[in-house]
Amino acid sequence: MTDLRSAPPPALRDDDHVRGPVDATLVTFYADFTCPRCALAHERLTRTGARVAFRHMALRAKHERAVPAACAAEAAAAQGAFWAFCDALYADQGRLDDPHLWAHARSLGLDVERFDADRRGDDLAARVQRDTREALAAGATTTPTLFAAGIVHPGVPDDGWLARLGYDGVVRLPKTSKEAGDAERRARPRSKENFI
Amino acid sequence: MSPVVAAGEPAPEFTLKKEDGEPFTREDLADRTTVLVFYPTAFSSVCSDQFQIYEEVLEDFAAAGATLCGVSCDQNDSQVAFRESLGVTIEQLSDFEPKGAATKAFGAYFEPTGVSNRALVIIGPDQVVQWSWEGEHSGTLPGANLIFDALASP
Repeated sequence: MTDLRSAPPPALRDDDHVRGPVDATLVTFYADFTCPRCALAHERLTRTGARVAFRHMALRAKHERAVPAACAAEAAAAQGAFWAFCDALYADQGRLDDPHLWAHARSLGLDVERFDADRRGDDLAARVQRDTREALAAGATTTPTLFAAGIVHPGVPDDGWLARLGYDGVVRLPKTSKEAGDAERRARPRSKENFI
Repeated sequence: MSPVVAAGEPAPEFTLKKEDGEPFTREDLADRTTVLVFYPTAFSSVCSDQFQIYEEVLEDFAAAGATLCGVSCDQNDSQVAFRESLGVTIEQLSDFEPKGAATKAFGAYFEPTGVSNRALVIIGPDQVVQWSWEGEHSGTLPGANLIFDALASP
């Protein structure tokens, strides 16, 4: 039987991409790098310093570069640069062709040859598809869809929704990829926790 | 406004128009499981999300033995343009003329605005309604998970 029957989003996994203060409310952010609404949501989550777990919701019909961009982010993650790559893609909306992806990888100091081989691998495609199918099983109906504190939020979160989660401040963004990487490592979960 | 047809009711007699201009009637429901996806209008953003989500898991619907069809009161050409703009393959059925007649037969017509309500109807090979869903308002979007839940129910 299909894995698409209703199910809550899975608990945090070791391979999830997580950043933000460990003691803050976790926001599970299902998103697509080609989606302008996701870019806005990403900006708001980042600006407020939210603790975020990024998961892919890359719909093939939505944009022909949705899955390739998601796989590229996973390839960057294999070199410890998921969030830096994620920030770079959202800051450069609409430029998602291969040369743009290579340029981002190069600017972040990644091994571009390895990045390019990794992003085409079946394992990363399967990872992206896993996240997407789990989003649909959880009832996601649009990009982005956020889950936090037992609440599902379709679309871009507004200040009120973020404030209810305790995110009403403005924090400084990491200025360098190293700084972002350090923050990412600090935010890794120490134990399993429930998402909703 | 009558409620959408309920589980256990026989599918009503109706005629919709397929993309090739041929009629789609109650007889076409025989020997297959059909999911009729009633939606208000082509090119609305919510409808766009709905079909792209269903398209993502179309192979899973097929594996579950179900065929999805979009139904609206738009003219065929508008539906096809909408479908192609979304990059989806889900067949579209038009209820344009006489306007909304089939949609009314299924209880999915929204009189105040003259369009279909957002509704789902699963009809079994015996032409009996297996399950139905109707949104509180047209902005309420049913996830693919709800259809898979219904298809998995005995």
